[in-house]
Amino acid sequence: MIYLGIDTSNSPLAIALAKDDTILIEETSNLKINHSLTAMPAVEDLMSKAKVNPSELTHIAVAEGPGSYTGVRIGLTIAKTLAWSLKIPLHMVSSLKVLAANGQFFDGIICPLMDARRGTAFMGAYDGESLESVIPDQHSDVREFLLQLKETGRPVLFVGMDIEIHKETIGEVLGDQAAFAAPQNRLPRASNLIMLAKQSNEQNVHHAVPEYRRITEAEANYLKAQGGGES
Amino acid sequence: MNEDIYVLGIETSCDETAASVVKNGTEIISNVVASQIESHKRFGGVVPEIASRHHVEQITLVIEEALQQANMTPAELSAVAVTEGPGLVGALLIGVNAAKAFAFAHQLPIIGVHHIAGHIYANRLAQEMEFPLLALVISGGHTELVYMKEHGHFEVIGETRDDAAGEAYDKVARTLNLPYPGGPHIDRLAHESTNPVDFPRVWLEEGTYDFSFSGLKSSVLNYMHNAAQRGEQVKPEDVAAGFQNSVVEVVTSKTLRAADQYKVRQVIAAGGVAANKGLRASLEKEFTEKGIPFFIPPLRLCTDNAAMIAAAGTVMFEKGIRGNMAMNGRPGMEMASWI
Ligand SMILES: [Zn+2]
Repeated sequence: MIYLGIDTSNSPLAIALAKDDTILIEETSNLKINHSLTAMPAVEDLMSKAKVNPSELTHIAVAEGPGSYTGVRIGLTIAKTLAWSLKIPLHMVSSLKVLAANGQFFDGIICPLMDARRGTAFMGAYDGESLESVIPDQHSDVREFLLQLKETGRPVLFVGMDIEIHKETIGEVLGDQAAFAAPQNRLPRASNLIMLAKQSNEQNVHHAVPEYRRITEAEANYLKAQGGGES
Repeated sequence: MNEDIYVLGIETSCDETAASVVKNGTEIISNVVASQIESHKRFGGVVPEIASRHHVEQITLVIEEALQQANMTPAELSAVAVTEGPGLVGALLIGVNAAKAFAFAHQLPIIGVHHIAGHIYANRLAQEMEFPLLALVISGGHTELVYMKEHGHFEVIGETRDDAAGEAYDKVARTLNLPYPGGPHIDRLAHESTNPVDFPRVWLEEGTYDFSFSGLKSSVLNYMHNAAQRGEQVKPEDVAAGFQNSVVEVVTSKTLRAADQYKVRQVIAAGGVAANKGLRASLEKEFTEKGIPFFIPPLRLCTDNAAMIAAAGTVMFEKGIRGNMAMNGRPGMEMASWI
């Protein structure tokens, strides 16, 4: 069993190859380089280093979103085309859950966070031990989501590159209930993605679409702006 | 080279998700187009964000359909050709990344094709091209006159300095309360007119083959505005006919003059132009009188499709041109020769 994992849902690029339960090679970069340009060369490079041919892949794992619209689409397009071309199963994992896995075995709740501007973020809440979802992934007002976390009364570990942006608000609402992942644990890792994918169901490749988590708002905005730009 | 060349083409530069298999650059084996036009109608035009989403939803289905209709396996293909640009950035990169992933999975060569070169090479799927040649490409996004000495040589001798002709059609259609896309509606209305409005012809400076349509568009908008202020009823068919007459006269005249100056042996047209009866009739009449062969491919090859990308990609393949995994969508891609 050889898994290829790809997460391009935010500015970091995370790619890994695993054989059964062994991670063969993994790359995480945070250089704000265009994924459309760099994701496939990175896949090609990692596979050639690991001496794995495309035809030897048995599973593709991809972070399905939420995140940057363009980033999520690039990852999903590559993953679904590879899976369909090679006739192998496709597995999709929430991009927030991939981040949450960075904090696994935290005694409490893990809250992955991606900033979405204007005091909002993509957020979710996962049990620190099992990584089961406690509060569904969503695009939320940060303060409102924090109040829900406060009600649980459990310690909360925040993960993600954008936690610095909301550190003050988090401190105000949660005080000592909040903890923050160390800098080396804030980027998504495709090795985590692969391990989560192993526990997930196979997807219908043709029907696989990103989990944008705010499709209606975007559509409403585009209706208002009538033909705006790209995000 | 005696072996047959089979190229898979992929096109996602705007609002059509398309894939096709073409044999030897001249014969369509399959040609699949999933149009998003219904989805964009409610916005009165193509919304880039929505277009990009639809491409992700359709891309593997469309490629699979193209291979199934061709009854071919990836191993039987010689290369994958994909539209690299120009077009909407978020739309282009879906096709480019799907093409890269497909080419990588099957270890096939990948070729990045210029969208306008594709439109020109659509002609080769109907009849062989003869050089030197002049191509007129008119559609929603483009208005260009391209001179070709031989296969793979492109010299853009005229282009629009502002709006593409198709954009002007869409805007005029909107002021006449016609649905999107406006081209076919204006064309149809124009034929009902008995007294076309006299709008100006925009020739630009002497000798240029460039076009400008924004001035004409403004004239139409002013005409409508003034009529409304005076409380006069305008006849939409007379406005449509007046607008179309101006476009047709300028485009026909510049194409004729270019064909003369460059002493071409063939004039071909591509893009939505084929759907426009008024423009088509005028070009056909003038070139027949002049004795210069003039061709327009069938409509399904004139609108955006992937067979045209495969056809152009085949010639690039034969010339040894190859892309790689670092290819990207290039929204502002310039047209360059392959020789
Ligand atoms: Zn086009």
